[in-house]
Amino acid sequence: MMGSIELNLRETELCLGLPGGDTVAPVTGNKRGFLETVDLKLNLNNEPESKERSTNHDVVTSVSKEKSSCAKDPAKPPAKAQVVGWPPVRSYRKNVMVSCQKPSGGTDAAAFVKVSMDGAPYLRKVDLKMYKSYDELSNALSNMFSSFTMGKHGGEEGMIDFMNERKLMDLVNSWDYVPSYEDKDGDWMLVGDVPWPMFVDTCKRLRLMKGSDAIGLAPRAMEKCKSRA
Amino acid sequence: MSEDESPPLDLRPEPPCSSSSAVDSTPNKSRNCISSSTASQTFPDHVLENVLENVLQFLDSRCDRNAASLVCKLWWKVEALTRSEVFIGNCYALSPARLTQRFKRVKSLVLKGKPRFADFNLMPPDWGANFAPWVSTMAKAYPWLEKVDLKRIFVTDDDLALVAESFPGFKELILVCCEGFGTSGIAIVANKCRKLKVLDLIESEVTDDEVDWISCFPEDVTCLESLAFDCVEAPINFKALEGLVGRSPFLKKLRLNRFVSLEELHRLLLGAPQLTSLGTGSFSHDNEAHHQSEQEPDYAAAFLACKSVVCLSGFRELMPEYLPAIFPVCANLTSLNFSYANISPDMFKPIIHKCHKLQVFWALDSICDEGLQAVAATCKELRELRIFPFDPREDSEGPVSELGLQAISEGCRKLESILYFCQRMTNAAVIAMSENCPELTVFRLCIMGRHRPDHVTGKPMDEGFGAIVKNCKKLTRLAVSGLLTDQAFRYMGEYGKLIRTLSVAFAGDSDMALRHVLEGCPRLQKLEIRDSPFGDVALRSGMHRYYNMRFVWMSACSLSKGCCKDVARAMPNLVVEVIGSDDDDDNRDYVETLYMYRSLDGPRKDAPKFPLLREKAPCISDRSCSEVEQAWVCLQYQRRYSSLEPLRGGTGGVKAISNYGLVLEGMRRAKARGFSDVSH
Repeated sequence: MMGSIELNLRETELCLGLPGGDTVAPVTGNKRGFLETVDLKLNLNNEPESKERSTNHDVVTSVSKEKSSCAKDPAKPPAKAQVVGWPPVRSYRKNVMVSCQKPSGGTDAAAFVKVSMDGAPYLRKVDLKMYKSYDELSNALSNMFSSFTMGKHGGEEGMIDFMNERKLMDLVNSWDYVPSYEDKDGDWMLVGDVPWPMFVDTCKRLRLMKGSDAIGLAPRAMEKCKSRA
Repeated sequence: MSEDESPPLDLRPEPPCSSSSAVDSTPNKSRNCISSSTASQTFPDHVLENVLENVLQFLDSRCDRNAASLVCKLWWKVEALTRSEVFIGNCYALSPARLTQRFKRVKSLVLKGKPRFADFNLMPPDWGANFAPWVSTMAKAYPWLEKVDLKRIFVTDDDLALVAESFPGFKELILVCCEGFGTSGIAIVANKCRKLKVLDLIESEVTDDEVDWISCFPEDVTCLESLAFDCVEAPINFKALEGLVGRSPFLKKLRLNRFVSLEELHRLLLGAPQLTSLGTGSFSHDNEAHHQSEQEPDYAAAFLACKSVVCLSGFRELMPEYLPAIFPVCANLTSLNFSYANISPDMFKPIIHKCHKLQVFWALDSICDEGLQAVAATCKELRELRIFPFDPREDSEGPVSELGLQAISEGCRKLESILYFCQRMTNAAVIAMSENCPELTVFRLCIMGRHRPDHVTGKPMDEGFGAIVKNCKKLTRLAVSGLLTDQAFRYMGEYGKLIRTLSVAFAGDSDMALRHVLEGCPRLQKLEIRDSPFGDVALRSGMHRYYNMRFVWMSACSLSKGCCKDVARAMPNLVVEVIGSDDDDDNRDYVETLYMYRSLDGPRKDAPKFPLLREKAPCISDRSCSEVEQAWVCLQYQRRYSSLEPLRGGTGGVKAISNYGLVLEGMRRAKARGFSDVSH
């Protein structure tokens, strides 16, 4: 998927400022949120964004229904004033649906975790509750670090490493960076084994490890997973 | 059949003969040749009463009982003695005193209160429908009462306490769409009703009084067969619940609320494999418990052990990845309720493909047309379908459309009842359903955008609904929506001969529409209309019908107060409630809401003062209550029997049995002409 190499490097400009609080600001359909926080100022190739990237942004930043509908159809007329008791859905049911829409896990609190990538000069923070699946998280992290891939995607999302030329070779093999996380017990686990909601609850910290380090991790992780199965 | 506490037949005081009595609502004396005083009652009459009692006790259907009670005074009396379940469709149609005076041996009461449109915030919150006067009257009259089934009634904790104290043999409490009580009231019932078999709280508002009501059940083995508390928005003591389920060997139906996690459900299932109906609670895992246990419980195995489960609901906070755990029970399911679970088609299809026996299916429109196509492909036995909107706003995205409806009509030919919320629809799909599903008795289509036409042709939805009333010969309930002209109502009046309930919103062009319905639908009992251009002419055109209907609701139409007053004046036994808005100075004649219903006991005394204005015919206040009641009763009987041969010579002796058939035939003919009975 070489088309994905075209990216907006403006977005990946480095600066020495703090990474900023909300890395996934819920802004409708544009990339300003990232630009504000990821200001790398390396001024490399200022290529325009590909469509694919903007879609990823939409997926990441527009988790709620309203936002995606806004992005799709800007020409839509403004919402009609709601009439009392119409549509005829009982208030009991309406109230239950409202509580259904709360994020799973039961609490409204965000779940910010630090994300570190081996060799990167700085950490990032993500709110795991902003995503509904590993794919969404993967996309978000890809956007953030631009050189990170999840093992299970098999390299389709390989991207240019903004850091230095050396890592370009690493990217051909998508297993070079392995996502792992520290769980509540303090153990480092491989990302992707447990159902997503469980992951959101147990993950304390994310680390994108270099392949060589991951080899040592794998057996221990497998043992733990087996015992939980 | 006779209760021990009830006095035996021959010692019971006989009702007085006088026709001017306020309490005796028996037929006109001249028609009845059986004397009612004990002294003059002859031996054969006494025997006849016993015989009749032994025969009539087997009548279950209230329609049959109503018919039998109108044969003559004796039959009225005996039927009243043998009726043990009483159904009251409108709690304001009569007073509790009238109930206890007529029926002496009631074991079960079904009572309905507010009209359905109250669910949609169209009524003041303190409008009424209180259980208090009913329970206090029944506490004295029916100490042997076993069952109370209430819908849209305001029930307080005190009322529940009175139930628990007054009825030692109390067995079943069912509260549907009720409010006014909390967990403390439930606790009292749980604690004191030692013979309790059924405690069903369904879609009711239950305040959280922070009472551990589950622990209030007695410690020994219970009689519980059904426990439904999925609407109770309060955490429960799980350990107590587990204990309760463990000592309830007869428990068949259990509906948990969303405060019961998946792990807890798992433990309950292991302890109660005999369940037939299960509400699963949250169907998501509790974080704390989950991390403490090393191993994830085998949910599928627990479901596999529940071989008897045929009815599944709940999924209040569904974690979709655990849904496959229900696979083992899918093949047995006859009823599945996913209407609180936001499931996508991909999650849904693997499940529905296993549910071959499904007859009742409720879901959210998140399953999309694709999900409905899967239902149509698999559920050939489907009788009832309800699709609710996940996003119940007028301009939301609509994931289901005419495609889903068409698919269902083609795949589920035995469909009898459908409720379908959508954003777009076509006449073609509705016509297809009318042709493919001849068994339909309930058709409720809600196109959520007001006045929305067929989205393919741009035409009104007249032809679609017209086809429904024309082709579905068994149709008794209809709810319409979308852009509709008077033509749709012309069809309803012409073809909707069996329709009993009609719901109309934002439809029609003129008074003619409502006239078509009022003049053409002889079986119409419940009419609810909102935001439609029907005015005084239409209202007046139905005056010949209103005594034969349970209620008429019209809100945001074009009615004037003057006309409502005229109707009230002309129909003394109709209670006409008019709700106007308080800042109505500009339009003092405008009627915001009209709710009118027949009543044997005149206007109610518990109406809120403001903004409700209750209109009653001025002539009623001048006459005594008994005269009015007698006039009402006589009116009914004269109308009913004008086309029958009067029964001369009485029904004494064994001859009555052979005469019965003749009388019933007359009844049947009268009913076919649209006469209804008194009890409703």
